[in-house]
Amino acid sequence: MNDTKTTASPRLDSKAPGGPIAERWDKHRFDLKLVAPANRRRFKVLVVGTGLAGASASASLAELGYDVTALCIHGSPRRAHSIAAQGGINAAKNYQNDGDSVYRLFYDTVKGGDFRARESNVHRLAQVSVNIIDQCVAQGVPFARDYGGMLDNRSFGGAQVSRTFYARGQTGQQLLLGAYSAMMRQVQAGRLRVMPERELLDVVKVDGIARGAMVRNLRTGELERFAADAVLLCTGGYGNVFYLSTNAKKSNVTASWRATKRGAFFANPCFTQIHPTCIPVSGDYQSKLTLMSESLRNDGRVWVPKAAGDKRPANQIPEDERDYYLERRYPSFGNLVPRDVASRAAKERCDAGFGVGPTGVAVYLDFLDAIARHGRATIEAKYGNLFQMYERITGDDPYTKPMRIYPAVHYTMGGLWVDYNLETTVPGLFALGEANFSDHGANRLGASALMQGLADGYFVIPYTIAGHLAGRSLQPVSTSHEAFDAAEADVRASVDRLMGIRGSRPADSFHRELGKVMWDQVGMSRTKAGLEDALVRIRGIREAFWGDLMIPGDARDLNMELETAGRVADFLEFAELFANDALTREESCGGHFREEHQTAEGEAKRDDENFCHASAWEYNGANKPFTEHREPLEFEYVHLTQRSYK
Amino acid sequence: MSANEHDETIDLTLKVWRQRSGGAPGQFETHEMKGVSVHSSFLEMMDVLNATLVRAGKEPVVFDHDCREGICGSCSMVINGQAHGAEPETATCQLHMRKFRSGETVFVEPWRADSFPVIRDLMVDRSAFDRVMSAGGYVSANTGSPPDANATPISREDSDQAMDAAACIGCGACVAACPNSSAMLFVGAKVSHLARLPQGQPERERRVVAMVQAMDSEGFGNCTNHYECSKACPKGIGVDVIAQLNRDYIKATVVRSN
Ligand SMILES: Cc1cc2nc3c(=O)[nH]c(=O)nc-3n(C[C@H](O)[C@H](O)[C@H](O)COP(=O)(O)OP(=O)(O)OC[C@H]3O[C@@H](n4cnc5c(N)ncnc54)[C@H](O)[C@@H]3O)c2cc1C
Ligand code: FES
Repeated sequence: MNDTKTTASPRLDSKAPGGPIAERWDKHRFDLKLVAPANRRRFKVLVVGTGLAGASASASLAELGYDVTALCIHGSPRRAHSIAAQGGINAAKNYQNDGDSVYRLFYDTVKGGDFRARESNVHRLAQVSVNIIDQCVAQGVPFARDYGGMLDNRSFGGAQVSRTFYARGQTGQQLLLGAYSAMMRQVQAGRLRVMPERELLDVVKVDGIARGAMVRNLRTGELERFAADAVLLCTGGYGNVFYLSTNAKKSNVTASWRATKRGAFFANPCFTQIHPTCIPVSGDYQSKLTLMSESLRNDGRVWVPKAAGDKRPANQIPEDERDYYLERRYPSFGNLVPRDVASRAAKERCDAGFGVGPTGVAVYLDFLDAIARHGRATIEAKYGNLFQMYERITGDDPYTKPMRIYPAVHYTMGGLWVDYNLETTVPGLFALGEANFSDHGANRLGASALMQGLADGYFVIPYTIAGHLAGRSLQPVSTSHEAFDAAEADVRASVDRLMGIRGSRPADSFHRELGKVMWDQVGMSRTKAGLEDALVRIRGIREAFWGDLMIPGDARDLNMELETAGRVADFLEFAELFANDALTREESCGGHFREEHQTAEGEAKRDDENFCHASAWEYNGANKPFTEHREPLEFEYVHLTQRSYK
Repeated sequence: MSANEHDETIDLTLKVWRQRSGGAPGQFETHEMKGVSVHSSFLEMMDVLNATLVRAGKEPVVFDHDCREGICGSCSMVINGQAHGAEPETATCQLHMRKFRSGETVFVEPWRADSFPVIRDLMVDRSAFDRVMSAGGYVSANTGSPPDANATPISREDSDQAMDAAACIGCGACVAACPNSSAMLFVGAKVSHLARLPQGQPERERRVVAMVQAMDSEGFGNCTNHYECSKACPKGIGVDVIAQLNRDYIKATVVRSN
């Protein structure tokens, strides 16, 4: 399992089409089987999760005439984590006439992902990006416009073209409400059933094919069975394995992890994105971290004092005693270097003793120059709501005092391995949005997650699902099938086991402990020794959890402690795979930084000879090591080069 | 009424509403909270309370939350009699403890409205909003090949005003704050958002009529111009959306009856 040569695993057939890259998707769509309109009603599709990926998929599939059921943890699908995305969504519209194109977005995404994504998928993503914007505008998404009434764009996260569409600082909200309204229309039409307050706890397979799910009704605590002809996991990312992250509190790995245990391979779990501009931790009670949109780096300047330990307030530190370290180190990109570069640079400065604020674990993001140059009104129009949010949380006014920021876990590029059809290694089980490993390689560009979630849901799955539904002969399966009995017994046993511990500590306390180990040793910068130590600690926390967890109340009732405990139990198992993946990947790339593998200047050093592949991990049973499968990545169009942002 | 700049912690007496289910009786439960960090959020203070309860083997206070950054609309507490507390344009999760004085008694209750039945403690069922939305809160545009996004220019003013209304997070504070439990601000926000945009025009009349009917059948009350809704709204949605709703409704029904 630890040899480093990339040999293709026969278990991973990417189904990526060949031929000229720009024609692949069209050709593939033509080759896919179709389901005739009159037959669609016969096929049941279960969509799990209603973020951008799940909402767009369930609306689009219902419009096509499939019989769709959508589940979500929340009381309403509109409350999914995607709602919190702030900055924007990319699309290769080239409205600004600044040289953007589908090919350039493709190129930037492959390169930004540090050459660890599949070219065919990325190109398709760039292609359909333009349709997404059209679709959203048709739904009434109020994107920002210029005075002529045309759509406005900003440049985002290191892009040298302006291709990011935005709706103030609430882009995710507006996109999700657009998709949610499309869902609600299908609910009204009787083609879509929304089941809120439901959590998937197991994937049910019949004859090796995913045919449904075991679900806990969070309101009543009852276990419910859902049979289907295809199951779509749109359950988001696993950033909360770090406890503190910018993700919503209920974001979790449970659906993906339980699918992994049923045979879906988990790819590249160690590829995590740390976002450079978040509000720093203020105390032990901290429950989450708040992102300050990346767009702020377009106008804000990042600095620390030149002297270590300088505790003077920011406005008493004269200009020549400030170190604008990003501008100094990366003269051509300056404050707009990619997220991983900006994040590590902040950590490096703070570790070296130059950090600011009461904890010393923060750097300044300063708008005073921008306000002097453009006027307060301009800055307020651009960032007003973000500044307000910052002030509310910290009590400081960013118009007069520089913001204090620090990196935080934000997004996970890893996820369930999927082929070009978005199908996992379990036939009939698909993964969309942040839940799959797909398109971002080792690092995601700003404003590309919203694009990917909507691409998967609006424009990919409606075609590729037909390949499964029409291409395989699916016998009718009802919820009384013995596979459901077995799955229900398993779920009940695991719930009972959690309830039966009756120790003394709330689940959250173990989660915090896990998060600290992950952040310190499996976070922004990793070493072999640190990862090995983390593995020991993770096992220790897991043991403590199973020995001393306390869940009051009843399992057959609303029980939020039980919900949390189930998610924490999964994080505690998943964390081990995560650390092992980081240990196995003996190179640095994108969001994965191994201290052993860096250039003389401290930049990430890839090893294309040995690691130009995706690692997909196969579960072999409790307490058994996972098997690593490798999908070699070929770069026919964007040639392998070392990134440089100097 | 903010904490002294130098005090890092405060002590509070919390009176928290506990209720098993919509039908069951409820009552306030008193908790002495010592050493609450002024930098913590209101929900983080509630987390601390819940951790203490769980350690003592007691059931924690159930409340809704998720994003904790004021955008998902999950959090919903009436704090000292006001939906989301006294801070203007601030959702419960964004409210920080530096806004409270040491020694204060703080009352925490659920949204109270017939259309939002209590599920448990501070958590209520707001699915009525989804049903109102499904009655017409959308533009009928199937996924496919709509015209290019720039085919129809939209004036910046219209798009800004559409965005102002579209900012609604669906938390229901407007209903909780209204003496009549009216949902006119919520419905008005969606109607106004789409009424401002060319994409919203073809279904404009049908939408307003259907949404108002759904709102009535869900049992939300009428607007009698108290305007508490807008004051409680964490996104600052103005009562102009109610005026727009009324105008559009009258126009649609008059046109129809003609
Ligand atoms: C603060 C913040 C700002 C961001 N800003 C941007 C941005 O500006 N641009 C950009 O492109 N990206 C941004 N991102 C990233 C982007 O928002 C996410 O990657 C994206 O929204 C994920 O969408 P999704 O549909 O895959 O998953 P999610 O939105 O996470 O949805 C997951 C859904 O699954 C449900 N679910 C989870 N587990 C289960 C289960 N077991 N059973 C049932 N349901 C379940 C949840 O209830 C939820 O409905 C941001 C992220 C954060 C945290
Ligand atoms: S928790 Fe999302 S708005 Fe408060």
